[in-house]
Amino acid sequence: MRVAVIRFPGSNCEPESKRAVERAGGEAYFVWHRDTSLGGADAVILPGGFSYGDYLRSGAIARFSPIMEAIRRLAADGGPVLGLCNGFQILCEAGLLPGALRRNAGLKYVSRPVDLRVERTDTPFTNAYAMGEVFRVPVGHGDGRYAAPDAVLDELDANRQVVLRYSGPAAPDAPANPNGSVRDIAAVCNREGNIVGMMPHPERLADAALGSDAGHRVFESLVRYSLLATR
Amino acid sequence: MTHTAVGTEAHPFPGERPVTDAVVREHNLNAREYAEIVAMLGRTPTLTELGIFSALWSEHCSYKHTKPILKTFPTEGPQVVQGPGENAGVLRLPEGWAVAFKIESHNHPSAVEPYQGAATGVGGILRDVFTMGARPVAVLNSLRLGPLDEPRNRYLFSGIVRGVGHYGNCVGVPTLGGEVAFAPGYSGNPLVNAMCVGLLRETDLMRAKAHGVGNVLLAMGSRTGRDGIHGASFASEELSEKSEARRPQVQVGDPFTEKLLLEATLELIELGLTVGIQDMGAAGLTSSSAEMAARGGVGVELDTSLVPTREAGMTPYEIMLSESQERMLVVAEPHRVPAIQAVCAKWELTATPVGRVTDDGIFRIVHNGTTVAAIPGERLVDGCPIYYPEARESPVAVARRSAVPSGPPAADALGALPLLLADPTIASKRWVFEQYDSTVQAETVLGPGGDAGVVRVPGTTFGLAVTVDCNQRYVTLDPYEGGKAAVAEAARNIACTGAVPLGITDCLNFGNPDKPEIFFQFREACRGIADACRAFGTPVTGGNVSLYNESPTGAIDPTPTIGMVGLLADVSHRVPSHFQAPGDQIVLLGTSAGHLGGSSYWEVLHRLVGGAPPPIDLDAERKLQRLLAAAAERRLLRSAHDCSDGGVAVALAEAVMGAPYATGTLAAKVRFANPARLTPEALLYGEDGARALVTTLPGQVSELMTLAAEHGVPAEAIGRVEGPGTLEVHLADSHLTFAWPVAELRHGYFDSIPRRMTEETR
Repeated sequence: MRVAVIRFPGSNCEPESKRAVERAGGEAYFVWHRDTSLGGADAVILPGGFSYGDYLRSGAIARFSPIMEAIRRLAADGGPVLGLCNGFQILCEAGLLPGALRRNAGLKYVSRPVDLRVERTDTPFTNAYAMGEVFRVPVGHGDGRYAAPDAVLDELDANRQVVLRYSGPAAPDAPANPNGSVRDIAAVCNREGNIVGMMPHPERLADAALGSDAGHRVFESLVRYSLLATR
Repeated sequence: MTHTAVGTEAHPFPGERPVTDAVVREHNLNAREYAEIVAMLGRTPTLTELGIFSALWSEHCSYKHTKPILKTFPTEGPQVVQGPGENAGVLRLPEGWAVAFKIESHNHPSAVEPYQGAATGVGGILRDVFTMGARPVAVLNSLRLGPLDEPRNRYLFSGIVRGVGHYGNCVGVPTLGGEVAFAPGYSGNPLVNAMCVGLLRETDLMRAKAHGVGNVLLAMGSRTGRDGIHGASFASEELSEKSEARRPQVQVGDPFTEKLLLEATLELIELGLTVGIQDMGAAGLTSSSAEMAARGGVGVELDTSLVPTREAGMTPYEIMLSESQERMLVVAEPHRVPAIQAVCAKWELTATPVGRVTDDGIFRIVHNGTTVAAIPGERLVDGCPIYYPEARESPVAVARRSAVPSGPPAADALGALPLLLADPTIASKRWVFEQYDSTVQAETVLGPGGDAGVVRVPGTTFGLAVTVDCNQRYVTLDPYEGGKAAVAEAARNIACTGAVPLGITDCLNFGNPDKPEIFFQFREACRGIADACRAFGTPVTGGNVSLYNESPTGAIDPTPTIGMVGLLADVSHRVPSHFQAPGDQIVLLGTSAGHLGGSSYWEVLHRLVGGAPPPIDLDAERKLQRLLAAAAERRLLRSAHDCSDGGVAVALAEAVMGAPYATGTLAAKVRFANPARLTPEALLYGEDGARALVTTLPGQVSELMTLAAEHGVPAEAIGRVEGPGTLEVHLADSHLTFAWPVAELRHGYFDSIPRRMTEETR
């Protein structure tokens, strides 16, 4: 499993995304956003950060990067693509995932742990979790409020495209849903299930030495998926 | 035309104002300083030269009032790689690693433009660290504001927190901790102190020195604009009604460019392409070039017409004094310039040759062929007159130290705890740190909301513990003991995580040093800091002095903020601050003398900031620090929390309420023998130093007690952690029992600041 971690100017979660893949037994390397080739990658991660400073809408400029065309092709061929935080925002801006991420309901950046309920276990990024399982990883974002028209939301539910939902309460005095996302949506996938975008940061809690490795299985899922796919 | 023959000849830039007495005063230079300048040059300075002197001879750059006192700090130790005088201090870590760290203030800009003022404060301190070749791995901040019932203070607080947060979040450096305190002395003059901690391989250390005659100076990063001109001088005067007019001098931060600059700088250093790099911080191009030249014992010649500017028609004066953010000055061998430019181009930045290193020791500025400034470089940087201000404690301060409360407290001993926990200075700062990314880089072992933050060093098993601390109430009441207490509290916080304190950086925030009572505070607080650092073996590796923190209502409370780093030999030995599980045994370490002078209890319950603060026993502190590290290493500690504001009762409550996002709540049952028969108030809320509240597994109590005895630390097993319910405290001598429902305490503690801040919109 070779995973390309894309670096946009302003990305800042690429080292830990790479490490998380490696810890799960995959191979990961950086690809600069101006490149046009993914270098033979089997999967792609668009990491978190503030591409182009998020001075326009988050992800709105990164979607024009030269590398995006190669990512589209890989995705169209069924290759796994994961967008984490800013990566999720870029995938929505690029039209690879439905919906949009708006300013948090509290109008403030929010950095805290969230509890996530697994709604789908047949994606390349969640197959190592159990259905309905709840796990805790951090979020850190200002624009994480998932939004879409009702018709799209109904379609997402009908097609089981919601992968993770905020579940809680995270603490007696902290709401489960940190940003006001509609229907508590934390992660969605495309119709085919190979492109997943999520606001939380599983890569930040993928090492037991930090106190928990609850996010590790996102990357373990990817490596497992590739083993199943090649069989 | 050039003037190499006549070393210091210079010509006014066409159209610039003649230098008159009024112009000199405008530049905050006094008659003595101006006379020195004229004597040094042998002529009247040009306006550009006057501007340069004004910046470099400001308190901010020259330390002219404080240098003799700063020299008394201990700065040496086996762990010191780089002491004061560089962009940041550097301490040695295991396995070839080193830590670069520094704290800096951005008080004045934040007072007039909180968001940008605070944001650019973070930007500046990040650059100080990554110019050393270190990758920033943590930021912390220390904030002081006036009470939140004033709308202006809520506005400042909200803007400062957003600014601090956004900059660090965007660059991708976790905010691992900080402190916020509220007191009337900061109304109109908030304090924003930002600290950055970075990691490097010791062999990669980069010093900001220009050498090699003929080497090239490059301006790297953002273009130079008209923002921030005279920021260093602004920071060296009192705030007044007129300060609002200084708003255009507050720089605007661009964290996106900062992130690119960070990556490009570290890449340049890694590739060995540079001779020296310095951030263009306070006084911009002037201080970066003059200081690098002085450190290298060389001259420099800058051609300001080559500096990329944001608008046409900028004068050399403006270019030299601009404080536009996200700029660096690089010194390199001429043949490296194309390689440097290629690295910059990859990161979508530019690096433009703007000058060269010369052999005549002259700091020379040329613009379109005309020499507009030519100053002997070394004397420009080191020649500012040094002042030895008078220091005398004010009678008011003396009287305050012997004050005692008159009248009854606002609540009895039972009712006092909820009031203390809801006091914004003590209350949870979750509202603040929830706006700061604390987990980016995925090395956070202990995040905000505890005693100190801990990050693991990538690829190793050891970690760094980091904290910032200062109890300004103690410093106000007794500057010497307060200075000691600030270092002692920082060290205690580090030790509570299981780490060993290594060294400090300090941010000395005071009022106008020309007032004897202010300079007394400064001198005595520094003496306290120096004594504590000597006792703990934690040298001062650098820092920042911020004077003239005065608004029309007077000077701020003296606030020498201590930023400390410690080494945690194995991150698996880390100790959290909060209780972990029912059944754990609670042990109080240290001696309780029931000292209420200078306490939060008197402040909150009696509205009195008075009395003598607790005397700090440095030997007892040192023993406690060693015990905590030894106990953590033997895995005897389930939790450890220091006793500070609000005494043992607040420490118990904080530990029992749990971490900011704890899913379950706990309770505790505690019994104090109280052989000294302290009053309930003194026992519960007295603020003696050298104490910590720890828990251990039931089977390990005796081992812990033995270890404490070996370290010479008194220890008392006082109770156990229980399932959800009440915090119950029994005093054996008086048979009094206090019971507080934990859920209620938690609500008051976590809701206090959010509740006050939502009033913002009402």
